[in-house]
Amino acid sequence: MSDFDFHTHLGAARFNNPIFTASGCAGSGKELSQFFPLENLGAVVTKSIMLKPRSGRATPRMAETPSGMLNSIGLQGPGIDLFLENDIPWLVSQGATTVVSIAGETVEDYAILARRLRAVPGISALEVNISCPNVENRGQVFACDPVTARAAIESVRRNIGGELPIIAKLSPDVTDIATIAEEVVSAGADGLALINTVLGMVIDTNTMRPKLAGKTGGLSGPAIRPIAVRAIYQVHARLPHVSILGMGGVATGQDALQLVLAGASAVSIGTATFGNPFAAMSVQSELHDLLIAKGFSSFKEAVGYAHRSEV
Amino acid sequence: MSSINRSASNVYAEITSNRKAGAYHHIALSVGEMAAHVRPGNFVAISVGGEGSSMVLRRAFAIYRSVDLGNGQGQIELVVAPHGQGSTWVASQPVGAKLNVIGPLGTAFGIPTEPVRALLVGGGYGSAPLFGLSEVLKARGCRVDMVLGASTAMKIYAPLEGKRSVNALTITTEDGSTGIQGRVSDVIPDIIDTNNIDIIYSCGPMGMLQAITDIARAKEVMHQCAVEESMACGIGVCMTCVLPVRGEDGVIRMLRSCIDGPVMDGADVIWESKRTIPEGTWGA
Repeated sequence: MSDFDFHTHLGAARFNNPIFTASGCAGSGKELSQFFPLENLGAVVTKSIMLKPRSGRATPRMAETPSGMLNSIGLQGPGIDLFLENDIPWLVSQGATTVVSIAGETVEDYAILARRLRAVPGISALEVNISCPNVENRGQVFACDPVTARAAIESVRRNIGGELPIIAKLSPDVTDIATIAEEVVSAGADGLALINTVLGMVIDTNTMRPKLAGKTGGLSGPAIRPIAVRAIYQVHARLPHVSILGMGGVATGQDALQLVLAGASAVSIGTATFGNPFAAMSVQSELHDLLIAKGFSSFKEAVGYAHRSEV
Repeated sequence: MSSINRSASNVYAEITSNRKAGAYHHIALSVGEMAAHVRPGNFVAISVGGEGSSMVLRRAFAIYRSVDLGNGQGQIELVVAPHGQGSTWVASQPVGAKLNVIGPLGTAFGIPTEPVRALLVGGGYGSAPLFGLSEVLKARGCRVDMVLGASTAMKIYAPLEGKRSVNALTITTEDGSTGIQGRVSDVIPDIIDTNNIDIIYSCGPMGMLQAITDIARAKEVMHQCAVEESMACGIGVCMTCVLPVRGEDGVIRMLRSCIDGPVMDGADVIWESKRTIPEGTWGA
């Protein structure tokens, strides 16, 4: 782009630029690669991979809502074996910087997934999704309880070894997200992904039943952006030295800048990609130009800038 | 899969014509080079609501026909049924307005290498992609029969130039307001027998596609259909438009109608289990 210093870090991992895809919003990478080279992204964040192949939920899985959408996919995916056999080598062949997202049904699942991934070349960081709202049993949302959140992250930390940074993905559906954040950081997380979708429901007034087969779904899109900005701001205030991968309704460079000013060291593009396959690329160039226009000398200088004291 | 959508592009396409056709709108768009890449069965995804709209998802429309004018110029035509907020917005756009269009997307109807006897079946505005298909089949020396069905005459889309592209057209309406009273499935078996049909191509509501699959199986003819499921992205990343499909290995998988379709082999779709995860599905 230019010689503006756009690079960033999440934990020890370095990225050329701060715009990533969001987990579950970029398929296997192949689908998006028809529209732009994946190597141009700060990173591809893969869909959350589980131990076994998973068919996901019945349809309807989607309902559009004002400035957003509900989804209830249920983590459809190939499972770790096929993922390691097909997806990772392909992403590496594309020169894509890759963050692997994992999700488990039990604490032991997270341990096994971490062991399967720890020696795999071509991975820059691990996103530990402990907050998917579309698991069979809402009781399994690890990130809604400090005890289970800690257990899942400790399980990954004990098994991952080496230098691979662990990024814990948290749910905004909690009373105090900063407390959960402190808990997972003390359990060994190097960074935090904020925020996962917000649990919601739409009722079809024709059938007079929930519109989604799974009844509830995760709300995403611009509708939740203020929640993301708030969560990132609160957590960055409490844990200023912990890297945050921000996400939640970012569709423009201005949107991304809000998350960065709140404290995000990188920003994932999710739902915006559904409306515009090139969204990550346009957000990237808009943010780049905006930072220069605002007079920042590097991207990192802007991270958390909204927290500066008044003079 | 990796070759799907390879020729897709994103253009701001000017509306060159928008006219009402029964219950639908026929809209022509100047899309430039995109037109040259369109194959019958492909669709486009269009942003709706204009700048700053609260509708964040594109709407998918089957391509009625495409005209490659050469020199990077071309036009595509769509048949829009204004039934939701997004499609109503598209239908209301005036000539000269520009739409943000991505396409062509998805799989296309398979074209036989030998001249065959083809039956094309469309339900409602599902007839749209069949006329372009008919032109291609005719150019290959195929005989083309067409059956179009809808609830009522207003919902039959059969423009004059489309009719010219087929050898024989049969129309059915449930209320009998035009053509034969009944459903397409009432007339298809006789047409298959009388004209020794080799292959059926269909597009329309899922219930109709299921009924045609049953007939095709009983009569032992091939059946390619363009499925319609609600989509969020249209490009294969969101995983919302899935339906259960049996693969060559006998395993049922939840496939995406946008990128593994919309054109699928009717015999492979587990119609009776649509909207569910049937037992034995891979990963269930």
